[in-house]
Amino acid sequence: MPPKRKTQTAVKVEDVGMEVDAVADSGSEEEARRRSKNRRAKPQRRAKQVSDDEEDEEDDDEAQRKRGRKKKARPRDSDEDDEEDSRSVKSKGSKASRRKAAKEESDEESEEDRGKKKKGGRAVSKKEKEEQNQEKKGNGKGRGGKDKDGEKDKKKKNGRMSSSSGSESDEESMSEGEIAALKEQVEEKKKLIATLRNKPWRMKRRLVLLKEAQEFVEKFEGALGKGKGRRLYAFKVMMTKKLIKFKRDFENFKTACIPWERKIKEVESHFGSSVASYFIFLRWMYGLNLVLFGFMFGLVVLPEVLMGLPYGSIPRKTVPREEQPTAMDFSVLFDFGGYCKYSILFYGYYNNLRTIGLLQFRLPLSYLLVGVGIFGYSLMVVIRTMARNSNEGGDGAEEGEFTFSWKMFTSWDYLIGNPETADNKFASITTSFKESIVDEQENQKDENIHLRRFLRVLANVMILCCLGGSGYLIYFVVKRSQEFAEMKSEDLSWFEKNEVEFVMSLLGLVCPPLFETIAELEDYHPRIALKWQLGRIFALFLGNLYTFLFALFDEVTAKLESEKSIKNATEWALNEYYANYSSFFNTTDIPPPAVNPADVVRGPCWETGVGIEFVKLIVSDMQVTYLTILIGDFVRAVIVRFLNYCWCWDLEAGFPSYGEFDISGNVLGLVFNQGMIWMGAFYAPGLVGLNVLRLLCSMYYQCWAVMACNVPHERVFKASRSNNFYMGLLLLVLFLSLLPVVYTIMTLPPSFDCGPFSGQEKMYDVVMETIEQDLPSFIGNIFTYATNPGLIMPAVLLMVLAIYYLNAVSKGYQQANVDLKRKMQMARDEEKNRRNNKDSTNQVMKDLEDLLPNKSLIPPPTDEEPPPPDVVIEKGSKSPKTKPGAAGKGVNLQKDVSLAAPNPRGPVTRAPGPRGGPPGNARGPQPGPGRGRGRSDPRR
Amino acid sequence: MGNKQTTFTDEQLEAYQDCTFFTRKEILRLHGRYRELAPHLVPLDYTNNPDIKVPLTLIITMPELKENPFRDRIVETFSEDGQGNLSFNDFVDMFSALCETSPRELKTIYAFKIYDFNRDNFICKEDMEKTLNKLTKGELTPEEVTLVCDKAIEEADLDGDNKLSFADFENMISKAPDFLSNFHIRI
Repeated sequence: MPPKRKTQTAVKVEDVGMEVDAVADSGSEEEARRRSKNRRAKPQRRAKQVSDDEEDEEDDDEAQRKRGRKKKARPRDSDEDDEEDSRSVKSKGSKASRRKAAKEESDEESEEDRGKKKKGGRAVSKKEKEEQNQEKKGNGKGRGGKDKDGEKDKKKKNGRMSSSSGSESDEESMSEGEIAALKEQVEEKKKLIATLRNKPWRMKRRLVLLKEAQEFVEKFEGALGKGKGRRLYAFKVMMTKKLIKFKRDFENFKTACIPWERKIKEVESHFGSSVASYFIFLRWMYGLNLVLFGFMFGLVVLPEVLMGLPYGSIPRKTVPREEQPTAMDFSVLFDFGGYCKYSILFYGYYNNLRTIGLLQFRLPLSYLLVGVGIFGYSLMVVIRTMARNSNEGGDGAEEGEFTFSWKMFTSWDYLIGNPETADNKFASITTSFKESIVDEQENQKDENIHLRRFLRVLANVMILCCLGGSGYLIYFVVKRSQEFAEMKSEDLSWFEKNEVEFVMSLLGLVCPPLFETIAELEDYHPRIALKWQLGRIFALFLGNLYTFLFALFDEVTAKLESEKSIKNATEWALNEYYANYSSFFNTTDIPPPAVNPADVVRGPCWETGVGIEFVKLIVSDMQVTYLTILIGDFVRAVIVRFLNYCWCWDLEAGFPSYGEFDISGNVLGLVFNQGMIWMGAFYAPGLVGLNVLRLLCSMYYQCWAVMACNVPHERVFKASRSNNFYMGLLLLVLFLSLLPVVYTIMTLPPSFDCGPFSGQEKMYDVVMETIEQDLPSFIGNIFTYATNPGLIMPAVLLMVLAIYYLNAVSKGYQQANVDLKRKMQMARDEEKNRRNNKDSTNQVMKDLEDLLPNKSLIPPPTDEEPPPPDVVIEKGSKSPKTKPGAAGKGVNLQKDVSLAAPNPRGPVTRAPGPRGGPPGNARGPQPGPGRGRGRSDPRR
Repeated sequence: MGNKQTTFTDEQLEAYQDCTFFTRKEILRLHGRYRELAPHLVPLDYTNNPDIKVPLTLIITMPELKENPFRDRIVETFSEDGQGNLSFNDFVDMFSALCETSPRELKTIYAFKIYDFNRDNFICKEDMEKTLNKLTKGELTPEEVTLVCDKAIEEADLDGDNKLSFADFENMISKAPDFLSNFHIRI
């Protein structure tokens, strides 16, 4: 609307004279355009705008005069507005809405801004008034029709001031208050820059504002501070700037370092966000394992390799004589026997020297600390991630409160970019709607509830049997493997050697589909069924893992027994040797027995045994997973694809079809795999490295598999409301894997002839030793006090109390939350009532309504006319207008009403003819909606 | 950038980074994507901010938007003229608002605008019907559509005006578990 704008500005220029420079200012060109659109759409809006601007630039003494003139100007506009209204209701609506939505946010913001600015600005502007007067002419002309809303204007003034004052002398012209005000403004601008990206504005506007703000900050940051402080301040500013730049570059670098972004995106566009969430989880896991690997490798493996004794120097680092012929056989290596067993991969290889190398690196201590530190770090990371996730997840809504609206507005996955997936999504959304409709229509169709109950109980019994059976099977197999272990390895077949892992993987493979089949009996809603399914698989895995552990413990105790006898025998042999040697050569200077390290009798080294079990488990798990993908997905897909040409039914649509990606199963597999890593890492330091490799492979392999041979889900159900569900599982598994490790560290005696803790009573004695020998004695004292039960008990008590307290506090917050919610609900109900019957039932509130407009007209000062007649006439429709403000956002009330005020003011001077009394009815249908629209306006 | 052609000056890139959630690389990539849409129209050199707009019909051919039932609305919402012609600024704006890191509040605002088909600042029944028909490809019967709309309004409308204002919408969306994960486009 350039012409109209022109006239308006022109009028203002004439009327207001020199002060105009600010009035006419209204943002950039486009700002102006939008504003004018807005004006056209909504008279009140415009009025508000103007009054805003006025307030901003006006000095109080001039307010009166100007307003008078303004009024003259306005009617013309509003006439035009009316025309416009009738001409293009539609476009008005659209433009208005867009403009308004943009405005919504900015209003609140800029209102604040302006408020503050006003304070700051005015203090300044008074002072420079004289200056301004001198300069005004030039400026007024120069800037006449163009730029700048209130903000900008203020800035201009400031800018002018400082530039002019700068030319004279800065020190004297800026008092403390001014500096403070300026500082505030600068901070404001900085804040604006920082939060600009969160504002729902058009990019152009953002860019303009950004530029302005930056210029402003640039200009005035230097001006702050005095004398010496000034230089310091400038330096500080420069440094912060550099810091910000660096941070941003670092951020850029960091995002550039995140791997597989494109790959995941590709998967995402094909399968939607749920499948992608698995890959994101996998990537997260990879990162975590990389860090763990860093610890393990850098602090344990590498020092041992670099500074420890080489292979073959001591018994524990040498393959025993009887094993040597087969030590390099592939079948042996594949079972992690032979050279693998006596390598850096396993616990037994590490030497128990207190310090190694030039750096006096305390390897045993480092080993223990890393072993425990891995748990600590993982715990920290998992919990932190959970906390972060829980912040952004949708919260607080009861299930089923917004079933339909959520389905309508949040069910489409914007990431989908593949036609097939899109079709599936359409279908699944349609079905879910239909389901909900059916649910809604007949809440529960209970045909034969007894049969269903019976079936559910039956299903659960069957599944329990499965779980128990699988547990027993594992226990049985592990027991049997101990028997096998005592036999000669030549007599055993491959299957017998790998029975445990084989059975465990098989169970993991067979049971979940079995559960799924059994779950058919139960006839739950798919979402609930999925939860049950997940819970059962979890129970299965956990049961298997723990049975395995218990069986392993049996083995360990057996090994400990045999170790004891071997240890005694060795010691006896050694004593014999010493006795013989001394009696034979008659000397006390006895050299150690000259036995080849390969021939030394050695104990079973149970730690290495446990480590090997875990590594084997992981490897077989990996094999099974990859083979499943290869056969279950790839071969199936190939068959379906190519045999389809010569088959009697449609393979693609019919029975085998293509596989779907099993998100929950995969995630659970990943979680349990990680659990085994955590457990096994202490006994097999190489396990973490192996896992990193595995995850890396998985990433590429599964990405390929999912893209090549899977089809998108036909029914997409989110497994959980946020990925915190998986994180929770991970935390649980972490805790469960922490238990056995800590138990062994604290209770079981380490092997006497292998590993970093050999020769100690307990593994943690390393720590004690270090404290006693290497740290100052008072720390040892502190430690003894700290481990005193007398101190631990109160500490535990304190923690319990703290938990209790925090729990109480959170309950309190919850209560407050509920109260607030209820209050809101009440407020809304009230509002609803009012809307429905305009005469409020509450007499007091009604009186208050009458009072409200008057009261709120106070802020625009002095010259308020009494509320004009048409307010009274339109009372019915007007009163609700103020109410929403009152009820909904009490804070904004003042503003709203004062903003609405200029509107009634306008028509009065024009004599209440066309707009007032009679047309009150005559306005009839057309302005109605307009008003309705306008009415809702001030609320925001 | 020392290569032969500068697309943006450093200041421009900085400004874009200040105004969006993107990194420098992503902005350059976005420009690449934008240019891909209309190579004859969009210059490589953007240092002087040419005023060029790519029409809606081209924008919605992007694979990221192609399958989206609301693609027209998305593009219209972010275009300055409301017709769906996007300048590069609008283009960046669009993907910035829809990217993963943009906050829930911002997304809510834009989601509201997208679902507000007739741009009257309310999501009324008409809008809902349109949304629903787009979501299900018109496979629900009119009665079902009406029922769902009624139910949705009943659930979410707090002030009883039979349409959803922004406050209603915000209240409803802020509790939705899937909104953030679903309402984003990766570029």
